[in-house]
Amino acid sequence: MSIEVRGISKQFGTHAALDGVSILVEPGEFVALLGPSGSGKTSLLRIIAGLEQPDAGSVHFHGEDATARDAKDRKVGFVFQHYALFGRMTVFENVAFGMRVKPRANRPPESEIRRKVEELLHLVQLDWMQDRLPSELSGGQRQRVALARALAVEPRVLLLDEPFGSLDAKVRRELRSWLRRLHDEIHLTSLFVTHDQEEALQMADRVVLLHEGRIEQIGTPDEIRSRPASYFVREFLEIS
Amino acid sequence: MSARPASPFARFALVSSALVLVALILVLPLISVFIEAFRGGVQAWFEAVSHPDAVAALKLTLWVAAIVVPVNVILGVVAGWALGKFEFPGRSLLITLIDLPFAVSPVVAGLLFILLFGRRGWFGPWLGDRGLEVIFAPTGIILATLFVTFPFVARELIPLMQSSGNEEEEAARVLGAGFFQTFFRVTLPNIKWALLYGIILCTARAVGEFGAVSVVSGHIRGQTNTLPLEVEILYNEYRTQAAFSVASLLACVALVALVVKALARKYSNERHRNDEKGVR
Repeated sequence: MSIEVRGISKQFGTHAALDGVSILVEPGEFVALLGPSGSGKTSLLRIIAGLEQPDAGSVHFHGEDATARDAKDRKVGFVFQHYALFGRMTVFENVAFGMRVKPRANRPPESEIRRKVEELLHLVQLDWMQDRLPSELSGGQRQRVALARALAVEPRVLLLDEPFGSLDAKVRRELRSWLRRLHDEIHLTSLFVTHDQEEALQMADRVVLLHEGRIEQIGTPDEIRSRPASYFVREFLEIS
Repeated sequence: MSARPASPFARFALVSSALVLVALILVLPLISVFIEAFRGGVQAWFEAVSHPDAVAALKLTLWVAAIVVPVNVILGVVAGWALGKFEFPGRSLLITLIDLPFAVSPVVAGLLFILLFGRRGWFGPWLGDRGLEVIFAPTGIILATLFVTFPFVARELIPLMQSSGNEEEEAARVLGAGFFQTFFRVTLPNIKWALLYGIILCTARAVGEFGAVSVVSGHIRGQTNTLPLEVEILYNEYRTQAAFSVASLLACVALVALVVKALARKYSNERHRNDEKGVR
């Protein structure tokens, strides 16, 4: 399933967070949205998820215009920067949530929900933690529960907002390569936001470099490294 | 605070004076209510509280609370949601306005309703022509009580909903949950203890409100007299024992409210501590 945004603009007060941004993410691709803070990358991700409305432009999944569709109907998996796990639910219930809130007609039976949750928790290597509360987990474990929860609704695309932002360096490195491997297994079209150029260049198939609400460069990590398109790109890659 | 520990004597003096103060100001009056109520024996107490006027007052009071509390819960949750989770122009003004009933003397609040709905008030004649009496009728009592008790639920919820932010609700939405599913499965469990706390304070005040209700009620015995007003009338008629007997009912409401409140605090604190413990 492809993700396409066309001419997205968004104002916050007098500040233009996004200014005519167009991106096409091919089916199965793993793309990084890279940029310094304030470059508009999180706003763009939230617009794709439907949590924010653009002032201009459109969002398409698989060629189909979803701009007017509510977040709850877009079937995107979203991993929040601070995970946003449901603090009063166990790990199991967190992952099951997306299936439990389906309309009665397409809600899977309890046995199916249980099987699916256990499968997902196995996938993220947390099957032994299903009765814990999120507050009893480490940062990296919460991150993986958030991922399992997002995958439980069988999303058409996966959006990750600074997925490793609040983890320490060692856990971050482990999770990075783990997530990349996971993506190579399930081939879900994924877009992730990061301000860390090393992370973007190491993990992504392609990198979109944002600066002050505009695209500076789109390309594979190699292209960006060998042929930076602007002074900003060169400087951003060197200093950070 | 200071590095030097207080001397045992100072500590003893401080603690004991605090205890004496609490005993004198809070506990002693409460006990005296019950002593006075049962001065003439259980029989006299029972006669006083089962007198038709007292029963009518109790019924009216419970009715008022049964209407006011649910309405304020709904209004309070809506206000808490709007003010805690969204930024919009006029937000801080609205937060200030919510406190208005606390700032205004209840008597003034009562007069305000007379001004609006009284025989010579703004809407009174129009309503009166259609056979609707507000002032000197239960409707007025309900309105006045609503006004006075409005802040209790909203004020408990706003800071909590503000601090917990919007993330869990957003997560629920992208997972496909509708508005009501999000509210009942995600938001409500997060605010339930604060909500309960607000409901208890609101109930206690709704049952005990005197000033505003006194102005709009008209003190018609058996019809528009609530428990606190009945206590006053009895007392003014020098029927002290009966007055205290009826007052003991109100004191019981207060005691129940205190116990439930303490439990709600305890549970919400325990939750809170568990959250703290888990953070990295």
